[in-house]
Amino acid sequence: MTLHPILAALRRHKAGVVLIALQIALTLAIVCNAIFIIGNRVQRIQRPTGMDEKNLFMVTQLWVGAPTGDDKASIDKLDAMQRTDVQTLRGLPDVESAIAINSLPLTNSTWSGGIDLKPAQPHPTAHAANYFGDEQMIHTLGLRLVAGRNFTAGDVHHMGMRGQDVPPLVIVTRALADTLFPGGNAVGKSIYMDHKTPSTIVGVVARLQVPSVDRWASGFTWNSVLIPTRLDGNFSRYAVRARPGRMDAAMKEARAALFAANPMRVIGDDADSNGVRSFADIREHAYRADLGMAILMGVICLILLAVTAAGIVGLTSFWVGQRHKQIGVRRALGARKIDILRYFQTENLLIAGGGAVLGVVLALGLNLLLMRHFAMARLPVAYVLAGVAAVLALGQGAVFVPARRASNVPPVVATRSV
Amino acid sequence: MFSYYLELALRSLKRSPGLTALMVLTIGFGVAASMTTYSVFRAVSGDPIPWKSAKLFVPQIDMWGPAGKGSDPTDPHYGDPPNALDYTDAVALMRDHRATLQSAMYMISPSVVPQQAGKHPINAGGHAVYSEFFPMVDAPFEYGSGWSAADDARRAQVVVIGDKLNDKVFGGGNSVGKTLDIEGRDYRVVGVLGDWHPHPMFYDVVNTGGFYMSGEDLMLPFNTAIAAGMPNQGSTNCSEMPRESGFVGLQHSSCIWVTYMAQLDDAAAVQRYRNYLDGFARQRYPQWAPNTRLQDLMSWLDYEHVVPSDTRVSLLVALGLLIVCLVNTAGLLLAKFLRRSGEIGVRRALGAPRLAIHAQFLTEAGVIGLAGGVLGLLLTGVGVAGVGLVMPKDIAALAHLDTSLLLTTLSVAVVASLLAALYPTFRASRVQPAWQLKSN
Repeated sequence: MTLHPILAALRRHKAGVVLIALQIALTLAIVCNAIFIIGNRVQRIQRPTGMDEKNLFMVTQLWVGAPTGDDKASIDKLDAMQRTDVQTLRGLPDVESAIAINSLPLTNSTWSGGIDLKPAQPHPTAHAANYFGDEQMIHTLGLRLVAGRNFTAGDVHHMGMRGQDVPPLVIVTRALADTLFPGGNAVGKSIYMDHKTPSTIVGVVARLQVPSVDRWASGFTWNSVLIPTRLDGNFSRYAVRARPGRMDAAMKEARAALFAANPMRVIGDDADSNGVRSFADIREHAYRADLGMAILMGVICLILLAVTAAGIVGLTSFWVGQRHKQIGVRRALGARKIDILRYFQTENLLIAGGGAVLGVVLALGLNLLLMRHFAMARLPVAYVLAGVAAVLALGQGAVFVPARRASNVPPVVATRSV
Repeated sequence: MFSYYLELALRSLKRSPGLTALMVLTIGFGVAASMTTYSVFRAVSGDPIPWKSAKLFVPQIDMWGPAGKGSDPTDPHYGDPPNALDYTDAVALMRDHRATLQSAMYMISPSVVPQQAGKHPINAGGHAVYSEFFPMVDAPFEYGSGWSAADDARRAQVVVIGDKLNDKVFGGGNSVGKTLDIEGRDYRVVGVLGDWHPHPMFYDVVNTGGFYMSGEDLMLPFNTAIAAGMPNQGSTNCSEMPRESGFVGLQHSSCIWVTYMAQLDDAAAVQRYRNYLDGFARQRYPQWAPNTRLQDLMSWLDYEHVVPSDTRVSLLVALGLLIVCLVNTAGLLLAKFLRRSGEIGVRRALGAPRLAIHAQFLTEAGVIGLAGGVLGLLLTGVGVAGVGLVMPKDIAALAHLDTSLLLTTLSVAVVASLLAALYPTFRASRVQPAWQLKSN
């Protein structure tokens, strides 16, 4: 079969052909970028924080009438209250371990700063988020120590929430260690967190995400520093690991036990406030916008593909109806059913192919626009190629029904006048 | 004549129900998808105080000089003054009192102890503001009012509470004059706010990001909160570490944590205030050239990127979908209209001018658009309800159906189908009567 008759026929339906091709091009452009957005978001949602998230929950509470000053007496009082709370939590039957910690991954409450390799360095070598806790931090969060040692109880200090002491010892994540010391072996080296005081790295953990999932923190998502210091303020957060399968019970016990130990405190209990929250809940909340965006893009893609398929069916049906007689003549002259079917399929392949070429250009253009204004990444070629394959397949699928109807036109039609 | 065209249109649509249904569905889905995303976009990008936003201004002063310029020259805000004030400057601006109304403010989150025994204390979010804040933002009061300038000056123990906190602590009703225990001190309630949830929370987008579920639980006089040592719960941004520790150290530092808003009534007042800010900066920071900004509310919201970029991307993509639907409808209409070349030929041969053909087919397209619009309305309703399931709660809560959205949906559908019909109608009107009559 030659293309010539198809091209000749297409030339007689310029407007229809252009509209279908344009529609396929726009569909390709939008679907490529939308699928890319979906892919990015799904990847983001699924990335592990580095913690053993199962059985983990967080308690946020605020003491009423607690000292707010920064004098030693106030801080010591707050520290005693905090240690009582931690002991209370550790003593619960369904709790495996518990710590006081300033923040957790995905909770957005970030304490971050620059890290230097020399004193008085003008620009920091890396940016990192700080987690303040005691020697049980690694155990409670379920982190994996890959080099050096854990903190001991003797390493742990305490200071006020607004204190500025620099810890003598820290543990860093592998990502941060590799950034700071690309040669490896970060254990035993010194870093500077306040331009002048050295802190020695005693250990390296495999992975721990920073609290913020916002764009401003995206440059240092895996750079975390563990600091063996209890922070004392008029509010505190506790990370609690429940015994396997005892999560719900442990969460209920924790609230009741803390109130029993000291009723003058606030632990939020409605949906908006985050009093006692499972980590699964924290994760869902943190990535809700990403999930929503992925679902929205998915719905739009589905509508788009359905509309385009419907358009192809509609317009091809019209062409089949219009060429009823010619099809009959071809059949009468010896064309087989399969020839007629092939004719419409090839015709659609030509139109969709033309549309796809234009669509690739539009897809890259749209991606450039999104890159410039919305900080999107560059669209990988694989997505474009997959998109082209998808619209071509869509075209073939959509054209099949009207094309088969065309192939069923009996040759006798040729002998009838319309 | 119109009713005749309407009848022709209905008859023609009935003749090919499949194609008609296809077009109505296309328009319906296209319009619904764009309207649903638009409802979210409208909710987050709207003017929170349209009658007054042009008169509200946010001043910025460069208190950090070259040291705080930022490290990334490609950042669009590189070299701009920081987006909040330090305590000293904010208090100095309040003392100079150069605008019609003005208020420095910072975010607080104290605990409130209910009177009834057996109730746990609750955490209340709010702001410490000056007395002029309430008239400046037109805050509606259910009972009572704000406090006076004299209360500001003498650090009165007064409080304005939100309707939700009023329900929680006092069980609703007129609570003016009652006493509220905040962090162990007694404050007299002077006003209860009405149902006030401005979105975005325009007076403090720096700390709230614009969207904040609970609204204001309580508002205290700025000086009273400072005197009580009620720490800042919003963000604190420092170019260098405070020399002294604690909340008092923060007040003496150049760290920024206070936001500011001023009402300026006309262009002359704005100019005077600009000059004043420059003079203020020159006097306070003689080491570097004055670097100040004074932006009106809407420019400020834009500058602070209050509209989440996801919302813009989805609106863009949904508009793309609408365009595809338009192109699709245009193709289907073309097929439909040209199929009736014979009928057009007869009408033209019988003396119908081209204009009549135009009118007839545009009427038909309008009917399709209207039907698509009605379907679109239903689907938009479903979409807006569905937004709550997939979008972050604080944003989804803002998206809602109202008359203006309903009317926009209908008119977008009709206008879109008329646009789509333009070319097919043009082609239909060009049909040569002689050819059609001959081939029959």
